[in-house]
Amino acid sequence: MKRQLPFFLVFVFGAFMAIQYFVPHKTSEAIYEFFIDILPIIGVFALALGIWSLTKVSVDKIRYRRENWQYAIFTLLGLFLMILFGFTDENWGFHWRMSPEVAGEGTDNPNFRLLFNYVMIPIQATMFALLAFFIASASYRAFRARNLLATLLLIAALILMLRFTPFFGDWIGLRLSETATWLMNVPNTAAQRAIVMGVGLGLVATALKVVLGIERDYMGRG
Amino acid sequence: MKATFEKLMLLDRRWVFLALAVVGVASYSLKDFQVPILVTNESRQIFAAIDELEEGATIFLSIDYDPNSLAELHPMTYAIMEHAFRRGVRIVITSLSTNGPGMADEAIRAIADSVRIDREYNGVMYPGREVVNGVDYAFLGYKPYPAIVILAMGQDFRIPFPADYYGTPLEELPLMENVRNLSSTECVIVITGTNIADMWLAYGQARQGFPLAFGLTGVSTAQYYPYLNSGQLFGLLGGMLGAAEYEQLADNPGLALDGMRVQLFLHWTIIIFIVIGNVGFFVTRKRRGAGGNV
Repeated sequence: MKRQLPFFLVFVFGAFMAIQYFVPHKTSEAIYEFFIDILPIIGVFALALGIWSLTKVSVDKIRYRRENWQYAIFTLLGLFLMILFGFTDENWGFHWRMSPEVAGEGTDNPNFRLLFNYVMIPIQATMFALLAFFIASASYRAFRARNLLATLLLIAALILMLRFTPFFGDWIGLRLSETATWLMNVPNTAAQRAIVMGVGLGLVATALKVVLGIERDYMGRG
Repeated sequence: MKATFEKLMLLDRRWVFLALAVVGVASYSLKDFQVPILVTNESRQIFAAIDELEEGATIFLSIDYDPNSLAELHPMTYAIMEHAFRRGVRIVITSLSTNGPGMADEAIRAIADSVRIDREYNGVMYPGREVVNGVDYAFLGYKPYPAIVILAMGQDFRIPFPADYYGTPLEELPLMENVRNLSSTECVIVITGTNIADMWLAYGQARQGFPLAFGLTGVSTAQYYPYLNSGQLFGLLGGMLGAAEYEQLADNPGLALDGMRVQLFLHWTIIIFIVIGNVGFFVTRKRRGAGGNV
């Protein structure tokens, strides 16, 4: 029963959502809206589980002095400080939800904005900006015209990078831009369409296997 | 000569990093250097969609990116929102990315400040005006699980967002009086660098059929061209270049046109490195072919 009930629920709800898509009746729409209403409630449990899991892993890391345990202190500080600032206003008054009558509470809390603007944004922007340096270094080492396909790839990449360069004059600039647009609209679209079709068919097959109970890995192997 | 190329082939990557850093910083200071931007049809479509709207029409804008793609995507948000506000078009805004709402709120405030000033665009004078929350725009904020939120917004904005980001119930916002769901808006524009774009296509456009356009990071643009050709997307802004095209169309030079100068010189630096690498590869390959020891 412990395993059969979840399989039964997955089949009923999976089959309903698939059929509902093709039934524009008001009862079908009402049931669909009801499901949309309860889905976030289920999602909140996953969120709570995530916070609990992160806290437990970090606390254990600090308690048993595992490798790089010092970072776990900052993880916990970041997690709980942001939650604390999110629930308080600038005078440390506690609020369950944001209200237009109270200034500087929740995400408007100056401490919350301070951490977000001067810690979160620079950290994330820096991490992403580093990619540019690694991509440049990698292209210097790996972008070689070793064979026909690699040469075609190299030429296509150069055209895309050169499409807005002002150094070749208007005529060549325009031709480069047109060629870049053609590359994106024709060969790129053809290749991407093939990938999307393949992925789409794979998704349908996997969804059917889950709904019909053939694929059961999501239940664990216990 | 061959020895030089052999040395270049083994160049420490830190030299590449240094070259990029120097060129990037130096090119940013060349303020008078203009990068010519040739506008593509997919960018023009988004501009035209907003430019042709009547005053008082409503569009939907989803700012679905995190600070990591801020440099590329923020210019799009700024350009589109300022264009809409100047034209008197109202905007319903959400942010379905975890770290997005703070940035979206900052952007709204900055653009509201900018719209207060009289400015001329494409020969038309737009007098400065106050952009009012709840009247000119409604910022609904963030809710987790984007797929579910998109499905719900397709039915009614009030299902996932009973109140806006600032805590005001949606029923009390004049803008939301006649705006029930995504299909009640003239078009939906999503700015993102993540797979939220796929969710907008599958759970939003495919189900509801509203006109949808994307503003994407440069690396993810290529994979959405099939949807442009199939008509599921009516426009596509690709990376900083897309944002620069929009700024050029709107006659509102900003962060993107400024950033394109840096991107141009950095691309040239990368191209020079690739050319050096390839010349070195062929020179040393010939030597290898002749029995050399490289």
